[in-house]
Amino acid sequence: MPWDEALVNSLVYDKPDPGEGRVSTYVSAVREALTLALEHDPRVFVLGQGVDDPSAMFGTTRGLQQQFGSQRVFDIPLSEEGMMGVSAGAAMNGMRPVYMHNRPDFILLAFNQLVTHAAKFHFMDNGTTDVPMVVWAAIGRGWGSGAQHSQAIHGMLLGVPGLKIVMPSTPYDAKGLLLSAIIDNNPVCVFEHRWLMKKDGVVPEGLYRVPIGKGVYRRRGKDVTIVGASHAIELGAQAASLLASEGIEAEVIDLRTVKPLDEAIVLESLKKTGRLVVVDTAWMKGGLCAEIGCLAAEKGFADLKAPVCRVGLPDVPTPAGYTLEQFYYPDAARIAAAARGIVRV
Amino acid sequence: MTIRYPYTGEGARGFDRFAQSHSGAKLLGLYRSMLRIRRIEEEIERRYHQDQMKTPIHLVIGQEATSVGCCAALGETDLLYSSHRTHGNYLAKGGDLKAMLCEMHCRINGCAGSRGGSMHLIDKRVGMAGTSAIVGGAVPIAAGAALAAQMKGEDHVVVVFLGDSTTEEGVASESLNFAALKQLPLVFFCENNFYSVQSPLATRQPARDLRTWAASYAIPAVRVDGVNVLAVLEETQTAVARARSGGGPTFIEAPVYRFRAHGGAGDDSRTGYRDVAEREAWERVDPLTLFSGFLMAGGMLDERATAVMEEALAAEIADAFELALASPIPVEADLYRHVYAD
Ligand SMILES: Cc1ncc(C[n+]2csc(CCOP(=O)(O)OP(=O)(O)O)c2C)c(N)n1
Repeated sequence: MPWDEALVNSLVYDKPDPGEGRVSTYVSAVREALTLALEHDPRVFVLGQGVDDPSAMFGTTRGLQQQFGSQRVFDIPLSEEGMMGVSAGAAMNGMRPVYMHNRPDFILLAFNQLVTHAAKFHFMDNGTTDVPMVVWAAIGRGWGSGAQHSQAIHGMLLGVPGLKIVMPSTPYDAKGLLLSAIIDNNPVCVFEHRWLMKKDGVVPEGLYRVPIGKGVYRRRGKDVTIVGASHAIELGAQAASLLASEGIEAEVIDLRTVKPLDEAIVLESLKKTGRLVVVDTAWMKGGLCAEIGCLAAEKGFADLKAPVCRVGLPDVPTPAGYTLEQFYYPDAARIAAAARGIVRV
Repeated sequence: MTIRYPYTGEGARGFDRFAQSHSGAKLLGLYRSMLRIRRIEEEIERRYHQDQMKTPIHLVIGQEATSVGCCAALGETDLLYSSHRTHGNYLAKGGDLKAMLCEMHCRINGCAGSRGGSMHLIDKRVGMAGTSAIVGGAVPIAAGAALAAQMKGEDHVVVVFLGDSTTEEGVASESLNFAALKQLPLVFFCENNFYSVQSPLATRQPARDLRTWAASYAIPAVRVDGVNVLAVLEETQTAVARARSGGGPTFIEAPVYRFRAHGGAGDDSRTGYRDVAEREAWERVDPLTLFSGFLMAGGMLDERATAVMEEALAAEIADAFELALASPIPVEADLYRHVYAD
């Protein structure tokens, strides 16, 4: 077991009700999506550092090489930029690569190929080239990961035209969004939070898709809107439970996709509640928090009854030790406190 | 007066060895292709100051033999990826001249819908598959294209053009490694013109043979006289045959000289980064005069035939410019097209 998995393993999530359907782990849901895609489409292939090793990318690729062969599921050299370019080139020529990373930080080495090539060719080639590729990464904290192993990079990518970014928060979405990403004809980043990988959920068998670009209400309420994605909205939902016990009814919106952003659902909820807490697993500056704050100011200004409140990471690199991490990462209590603060305004 | 990078090839003598393998018509065709590129480039250069072509240009005057020789070894379904220096590659691969000039005049009917410019000439019908204006950017893309061909069991090969400075980019080494690992049907065609913008090779790389770089990845690496169109053709044929038969990638280094500045019209040797005498020495082995001299000596070309060729090319080029200048410019809605694929 990787040295920093202990904390993730110690997480406890509510168990879903099997009466609602087949219960699956998050990891199995991802593996199932990859299996189905490989089964149904000969153009799909899976590559990444260690996708065939015993850890099997958190288990998401376990057994895939045995099932589909080393032509379609394979380990790669430590050449992040090169392999991102290879993926783009293969995608431009009729294949559908799923390029997996066990840390988002390593994608920074490949920004040239991701941002300046994969995301640009369709435009530069006047629509004659499609780049249907998936860039998958396990993101988020794990104790000790620190400044170089747990950076949230989706904020940096939000301003890149031509890219899509999905950030699931449930096993159901993990499977459905990954399938949608693989079927999509554009480069799609799929960021899966490590802390969610221990979560169980109801996951239907077979192929289904969760639409890219559409958010979903996780909870209805009238007093305040909590909006975000991935593990941040998991915490947002926990915060909403805390608030409910105090008589504050929070509405929780899981964006599912952060680019393109479902502006309509945010504005619709804001119209009702007039109060907005934006939560993110990334830095508050210049990223998703900032973008949604700006959306509220630009298009929902008349509905705002209180200032928009951001709950994300401070403008500080991630510390490596648990002693400092406790002050760094927001939790449900902090989100609840933020909501309380603006509900009282 | 210093000639830092002298020509080391055999000059016109170098043609003898290869000439027998080709028909006279084939040889004339190669010459005509080179002449066509030269005349197009000269006309672009002549008009550039008029500012109708609002696009950066990287002329290939002096480097025609590499594009033409290489592309003559390729079929239409073989793919070519390239860099910022695209004109020669595009034209030699069979790209449409009119679409190229429309692109350079920022017209909607340009080969990239006026959103690519001169560094982004594509024509997929003929396998001019894509370019990158980021040095080294197209190299892994080409490797990916070769991987796709291999996975799909298609028998086309992929060629990627790169400059000498591209070999300094990490991603180029990454691509060699991966191409060798997977034995990809890929040809790395390196035009070594000794300068990256105005920086000589000597300030960028240790004194070593570029072939050793590729060879360290267990890739067959050869050098070919870049001003000799027949030698280039022959070496590329060997590499393409190897790639097509599953023998993996080849690295070809072709020393060659650009007679103009890195970008824009005219030469800039006088700014001092290279000696004018160096350019003049290479101009004495101009790939066109070298080859036309050989053809004339062999009785395959004469003044009259040359004049006929020149006249036809001049008319074709004048027509294409006329069409470009008369072509419509994009409207605002065109800007928003093709950001995402459906
Ligand atoms: C990554 C990157 N760095 C720098 C540049 C600026 N630049 C454009 S062309 C060029 C020189 C390239 O030299 P080479 O690859 O040898 O090709 P050549 O221009 O000689 O054909 C440079 C430095 C760039 N486009 N991309």
